[in-house]
Amino acid sequence: MTDTTSQPITPQTKRNFFQQLELDVRLLGMIGAFIILCIGFNLVTDGRFLTPRNIFNLTIQTVSVAIMASGMVFVIVTRHIDLSVGALLATCSAIMAMTQTEFVPHVLGLGLNHPITWIVAVAVGLAAGTLIGAFHGWMVGYLTIPAFIVTLGGFLVWRNVAWYMTDGQTIGPLDSTFLMFGGTNGTLGTSLSWVLGLGATGLALLTLWNSRRAKLAHEFPVKPLWAEGVMAAIISAAILGLVAVLNAYEIPTARLKRMFEDRGEVMPEGLTMGYGLPISVLILIAVAVVMTVVARRTRLGRYIFATGGNPDAAELSGINTRLLTVKIFAIMGFLCALSAVVASARLANHSNDIGTLDELRVIAAAVIGGTALSGGFGTIYGAILGALIMQSLQSGMAMVGVDAPFQNIVVGTVLVAAVFIDIVYRKRVGAK
Amino acid sequence: MTSPKELRAQGATPMVEMNNISISFGGIKAVDDVSVDLYPGEVVGLLGHNGAGKSTLIKVLSGAYKMDSGEIRINGNKVEITNPRDARAHNIETIYQTLALADNLDAASNLFLGREIVTGTGLVNDAAMEAECRKIMGRLNPNFRKFNEPVSALSGGQRQSVAIARAVYFNAKILIMDEPTAALGPHETQMVAELIQQLKAQGIGIFLIDHDVHAVMKLCDRASVMKNGQLVGTVDIDDVTDDDLLSMIILGKKPGEAAA
Ligand SMILES: Nc1ncnc2c1ncn2[C@@H]1O[C@H](COP(=O)(O)OP(=O)(O)O)[C@@H](O)[C@H]1O
Ligand SMILES: [Mg+2]
Repeated sequence: MTDTTSQPITPQTKRNFFQQLELDVRLLGMIGAFIILCIGFNLVTDGRFLTPRNIFNLTIQTVSVAIMASGMVFVIVTRHIDLSVGALLATCSAIMAMTQTEFVPHVLGLGLNHPITWIVAVAVGLAAGTLIGAFHGWMVGYLTIPAFIVTLGGFLVWRNVAWYMTDGQTIGPLDSTFLMFGGTNGTLGTSLSWVLGLGATGLALLTLWNSRRAKLAHEFPVKPLWAEGVMAAIISAAILGLVAVLNAYEIPTARLKRMFEDRGEVMPEGLTMGYGLPISVLILIAVAVVMTVVARRTRLGRYIFATGGNPDAAELSGINTRLLTVKIFAIMGFLCALSAVVASARLANHSNDIGTLDELRVIAAAVIGGTALSGGFGTIYGAILGALIMQSLQSGMAMVGVDAPFQNIVVGTVLVAAVFIDIVYRKRVGAK
Repeated sequence: MTSPKELRAQGATPMVEMNNISISFGGIKAVDDVSVDLYPGEVVGLLGHNGAGKSTLIKVLSGAYKMDSGEIRINGNKVEITNPRDARAHNIETIYQTLALADNLDAASNLFLGREIVTGTGLVNDAAMEAECRKIMGRLNPNFRKFNEPVSALSGGQRQSVAIARAVYFNAKILIMDEPTAALGPHETQMVAELIQQLKAQGIGIFLIDHDVHAVMKLCDRASVMKNGQLVGTVDIDDVTDDDLLSMIILGKKPGEAAA
């Protein structure tokens, strides 16, 4: 036990361009499909699909499902399922709507649009979502009721709790600060967006650099420098490109005029302003980063994947898999509540049918994004990309003028086809 | 160092005592009033047909199963082992018959599962774990190369060596090996035999479940034979022959004993 000879490092064999970049082929496939989809729609719509305006709308429409899909990855990785996310979103949305239109203004007597309203509403909503999720997890983990049943029950219960709380009424208008989480009503403007974009690029490059240094410190093989350079360039271009596009979408003049009038100022003649990054997209990016760190760099994440790969092994390694189940569903509940903030703010009110069919979109996004229903495999970025692909497909078809029933038929078919292609791919490369 | 045999003769306290252990699954007594013990530096073989209850017995010690009745003593003190963490806290490490590996994770992640090395900020330190993994695999299985692949991509023998590495890495005092050579070729089996002798020399006590009577004769100090959940008997290897052990396994009676 004192001998410390290290393993010799396997000599690098000749590898192709993509292998040297160490990019996941599956991810490349998804990005490829997404690009083809975008270019295809753009051609059919005579360039209307890839305008700053449409891309802006696409991103803010994707946020709500994408946030929940990142949580669904953990749920599915551990061989569970959550059919209640859309209903839970509705309940959280109803709770927050009632908090800001009834509780704070009338019960607390602070009136409408009080500066504290949105904080109370969001806090109450997030707490409720987390608690309900934890309760689901407790039933699955400790009472050993299958997640399918617990969340199928939850689907009915929470959809109707929301209905009962609001008498089925549309609740609105919501608090004016709260609306900033929805998208168009809350953007950073061009300058701040550039600052953030540059900051994010810097951070991403620093992360790349640090991970290379850590590998070198342990004398592990690293990618050739040119490959790191290509990766760095791709990442920088993606971040800054997104910022540039979102900045290029200009606030309509009438709206801009109104914004100035609200502040009691007069809009200078000929002024134009870009929207920049929506706050909701920032929230999604934050969720993606945090969830990715949790998945890859924390014990919690390691235990989630270990449990998905072999629940018995996890148990025998001393992992408390029951408590782990509670945590996973609590995270899912928290993210449903966060999605509820974004979704209700985007609509500017709580409607009785908010989140309807979201459970299917969320599960589909995670699965298209490469999360295996048999457990143990899945990535956060895959799920988010899955959500983006689904939303693009839906919006693109709407733009082309495909009839509503056909839109859903196509989305359903794509889901099944994507999973089939994935199965064939996994068989080919011999992965499980 | 005093040999385990001398320790026993002196009436020293065993490092593990499992007394009158019983456990049943849905009315079937998988282990029925079985008592075994283990001294430092000793290898005790557990023998018996498939379904005799060997794995179930040691899973009580490793915290995987809760016994219905009986007691466990470590160094003479009664202990409660209700889950695998308790067992690990008593320096009990186990190589399970099923290996208990998470197939989707790489060797290092499996090696450290439940006991990850973390950085100052509490994040898992994969680079450090891989480095440690390379060190121990360098000793146990110098041909091992697949450090960055999920263990599902490994051969049976490679998987087994990961499971063995996990059991010996954390300075076990008590080691449970449930058919550790089941998936191994002759050369690798020989390496495990050498490892067992090394560990034994360090004063580690080992419960070894093995179907190969010759291996048990060669490696063990004592053997306990089980049949249908019950203990047939525990014998000193120096006092018995291969045939004696075989007849204990098959007939379920101790040598010299009249047929039941
Ligand atoms: N988790 C379990 N549930 C039900 N029966 C079990 C379980 N584990 C073991 N058994 C039963 O207990 C008996 C002993 O099994 P086991 O300890 O695995 O035998 P061995 O390891 O000696 O081959 C068998 O009849 C087996 O079917
Ligand atoms: Mg067994």
